[in-house]
Amino acid sequence: MGVIGQSIKRVEDQRFITGKGRYTDDIALPNSTFAALVRSPHAHAAINNVDTTAAAAADGVVAVFTGADLEAAGVGGLPCGWQVDFKSGDTMKEPAHPVLAATKVRHVGDPVAIVLAESREQAADAAELVVVDYEVLDAVVAATQATAEGAPQLFDDVPNNTPFDWELGDQAATDAALASAAHVTTLEYDNQRLIPNAIEPRCAIGDYDGARDHYTLYTSSQNPHVIRLLMTAFVLGLPEHKVRVVSPDVGGGFGSKIFHYAEEVLVTWCSRQIGRPVKWTASRSEAFLTDAHGRDHHTRVDLGLDADGNFVGLRVKTVANLGAYLSTFAPCVPTYLYGTLLQGLYTTPAVHVDVTGVFTNTTPVDALRGAGRPEATYVLERTVEQAALETGRDPAQLRSQNFIPAFDGVEQEGYQTQVALQYDSGNYGAALEKALAAIGYDELRAEQAQARAAGNGRHIGIGFSTYIEACGIAPSAVVGALGARAGLFESAGVRVQPTGKVTVFTGSHSHGQGHETTFAQVVADGLGVGIEDVDIIHGDTESVPFGMGTYGSRSLAVGGTAIVKSMDKIKEKGAKIAAHLLEAAEEDLEFAEGSWTVKGTDQSIAFGEVALAAYVPHNFPEGLEPGLEFTSFYDPANFTFPFGAHIAVVEVDAETGVVAVRRYVAVDDVGNIVNPMIVEGQVHGGITHGIGQALFEEAVYDDSGQLISGSYMDYVLPRADDLPSFETDHTVTPCPHNPLGVKGAGETGTIGSPPAIVNAVLDALWPLGVRDLAMPLTPQKVWQAIQQAS
Amino acid sequence: MIPVAFDYHRPASVDEAIELLSDDAKLLAGGHSLLPAMKLRLSSPGALIDIGRIAELNYIREDGGTIAIGATTTHQQIASSDLVSANASALAQAASVIGDPQVRNKGTIGGSLAHADPAADYPAAILALGAEIVVRGSDGGRSIPADEFFIDLFLTALAPDEIITEVRVPAADKSAYVKFPHPASRFAVVGCAAASAGGAVKVAFTGVANAAFRDSGVEAALSGGLSEEGIAAAAARAADGQEVLADHFAGEEYRRHLAKVFARKALATIA
Repeated sequence: MGVIGQSIKRVEDQRFITGKGRYTDDIALPNSTFAALVRSPHAHAAINNVDTTAAAAADGVVAVFTGADLEAAGVGGLPCGWQVDFKSGDTMKEPAHPVLAATKVRHVGDPVAIVLAESREQAADAAELVVVDYEVLDAVVAATQATAEGAPQLFDDVPNNTPFDWELGDQAATDAALASAAHVTTLEYDNQRLIPNAIEPRCAIGDYDGARDHYTLYTSSQNPHVIRLLMTAFVLGLPEHKVRVVSPDVGGGFGSKIFHYAEEVLVTWCSRQIGRPVKWTASRSEAFLTDAHGRDHHTRVDLGLDADGNFVGLRVKTVANLGAYLSTFAPCVPTYLYGTLLQGLYTTPAVHVDVTGVFTNTTPVDALRGAGRPEATYVLERTVEQAALETGRDPAQLRSQNFIPAFDGVEQEGYQTQVALQYDSGNYGAALEKALAAIGYDELRAEQAQARAAGNGRHIGIGFSTYIEACGIAPSAVVGALGARAGLFESAGVRVQPTGKVTVFTGSHSHGQGHETTFAQVVADGLGVGIEDVDIIHGDTESVPFGMGTYGSRSLAVGGTAIVKSMDKIKEKGAKIAAHLLEAAEEDLEFAEGSWTVKGTDQSIAFGEVALAAYVPHNFPEGLEPGLEFTSFYDPANFTFPFGAHIAVVEVDAETGVVAVRRYVAVDDVGNIVNPMIVEGQVHGGITHGIGQALFEEAVYDDSGQLISGSYMDYVLPRADDLPSFETDHTVTPCPHNPLGVKGAGETGTIGSPPAIVNAVLDALWPLGVRDLAMPLTPQKVWQAIQQAS
Repeated sequence: MIPVAFDYHRPASVDEAIELLSDDAKLLAGGHSLLPAMKLRLSSPGALIDIGRIAELNYIREDGGTIAIGATTTHQQIASSDLVSANASALAQAASVIGDPQVRNKGTIGGSLAHADPAADYPAAILALGAEIVVRGSDGGRSIPADEFFIDLFLTALAPDEIITEVRVPAADKSAYVKFPHPASRFAVVGCAAASAGGAVKVAFTGVANAAFRDSGVEAALSGGLSEEGIAAAAARAADGQEVLADHFAGEEYRRHLAKVFARKALATIA
């Protein structure tokens, strides 16, 4: 027993590694057509005319549709799923987000027309024949320019390119605390824009069946049910029960496949128009231009300390670049997923955050792995380290003295922050102590001092990040009050077959996380069956009752708990059946290792026998329905709050500015762990992603709105040889409010690591006079900073 | 990422390939520069002439004190050749840091030189080693000295009806190639080759300007020899007088600085 806590090899890897995965693009429907999109080459332009004559006449072309065609057919715009109103109380400005632009394009890559042809090649050739008469307009690219006097305006009905502004916390108390602080550390910087880079480009197939008046959409999505809901109810006005959405194997998303995209609408609608399947697969170039981007904040932060180093106040002012339209969850990322985390692990008594969301002529920005929490963690952890450097304090000690004391959420209450959240459980000092021991902190500082004294050009730096994040989103009533237009529960159907085998229908959707293994472990543990006796079904609205999808590290905490709830019902009914067959009272039975046993006797009956009896109910409790299958919906009581301590050791080559990451220690607390190997994989991937942001990755636009880093020739992803062998460990502080005690592990590395790396580089270069560096720390930037300082 | 339709030819000999050449045709060898450009529709030739399987173009041999390398010899073959390493190590080192293993196993020296990417690795080594590029066209053959071959961005002395058949590299006493790779593309942000033969030292750069170039200023400053001070003084003149490339990753000032650093590293290696 004890399958929970075992590093079971991932059952899905056999098919992935042998090339047998079934991704959307692997689906070849008979008689399919292929779509190519005509996209704007301009960041901002009025459309005077779209001439499709030549394209429509080209070889193999079946049909060409424009924005005007969609407007005429009454196709709606893409909806936004979260409403953040202005501080003044005014309603969020929600301009139309057309599926195909009809009158104006607002970013490079904005779709203008769709060409359907017999082959991908013919569609691509014909797309080049669509002639669009553009009147190019001035573009605005940077967040800080969007509200400037005279800035180009994206929408007539959104003054100052500002759809919302927002604040949280006690401004007066914070201002007062900072005014009387002994020391105030101030930073102002950009948290740069990132491009998600899922390994599988997006793909969508629409298939209208005229005989049944029924639609099927295959799409590489992280949440097929939500896509169906948004598309049927808000865009196409289709009856939801006549639409099936299937997301088969999905090759990564990092958040970018949460959202409802124009192409999903287009293939579905076009299939109905031509009576044939329509398939669209993004090229990598299209992925760079149209997958929703992440981050892109401009922030000023002030942190006040008293004479003893205690934090007295934190003030944060951020302008968040939303891109050209409101993507599905765009408004909540720089607000509720960001501002609410700004207390961090600290007892800071006064916190205030002020956010302005702005439109620019760039690709829309939405959730990207971490979604708001990496930005919040960077604000805090970069600033705390800066305060330590400025005041000559040890950065580990400065953090420790400001930590919230340990609390388990059971004996001690959850911790109420100044910024809305109540943390579930935490022991922050323990994680930091473990990390300090793992890295050999005192020896490292001695080595650093020696290198500095020797003046041998070895610039060693040690950087910290002690983070907290919020996962398991969320209590529906809470997020509803905060503007979410959806519930955030999860569903799970557990079907016990007559032979005792188990099929699970989960609303979570794995796009690489290994749900088929982790969930099977949970079920094997709960019902006492073998892992091989459990099959996990996800990603199909026809078989799964409902689903809110996978993001925010919520699958195990929320989706897993829904499975547990269904298993509880199965065990309850199973006990009735077992009691009847054993001729014993239900309360005299105990369930363990897959059998019901009459306490204190050797009389028992196996789970499989009970399952068989449920479907062959010859000798069955009176009044009990046959069958053994339950569906549950779980709405969590609170968020979960993973936390951890990360320490990076870097060495900077001052001559070239190249930063080498020598060591990286991560001690994360994700609550209980079901599969340590899978968690370690998530931590490794997350740290790599975060180091990518710290050192390499950056979406670069020129002033006209052209994406300069639009391919792997320029966009720098981290590679194995850029990274040290990570040293990972855990503390375990169980979540008190879900039965598995789990918190979530998909994003910790991405959230924790960027400030650790940047802090380490600053620590290395502080004696040279370098005081700040903006991500990514490219060699040129580091070299220039050293030149300017010396 | 779908190219425009094109005709495909696979000639059996160089002569046959020359006959097929036209304004609308492109030679295909390893395809690692041409095919990506075609997939992005930045290049749309009407025909490709695949010379990748012409056996007479693939060899490395010693020929009277010179290393003769056939045009379709791959980077991997050059990087792993003892003959090249012993006599022209700058070339072997350059070949060993091109792209990644997949690129090195498909890409060819002739293809790379003809393409003349300003950040390609070979040109610096070819210039520092004083190689000759042997070409053949409809009017017969000729040999172009490396110093005359690289003209500008993606522009060489190669005539439209000519094919590179061989690269002839004179043996050097010592040579080296060092580079600062772009972390995404792995092309050279700055690459420097230095070679000494019979007491003379040549230094050449790639990645720094529109075309790879011999740095006469550095070479002249080396009259004092390859002492540490001599190298430092010469390296400090790197790229003087050159119009230097600038992009988001490396602006002019930083690139000039890297040229100095990598000149010093290359020269120190052959000192």
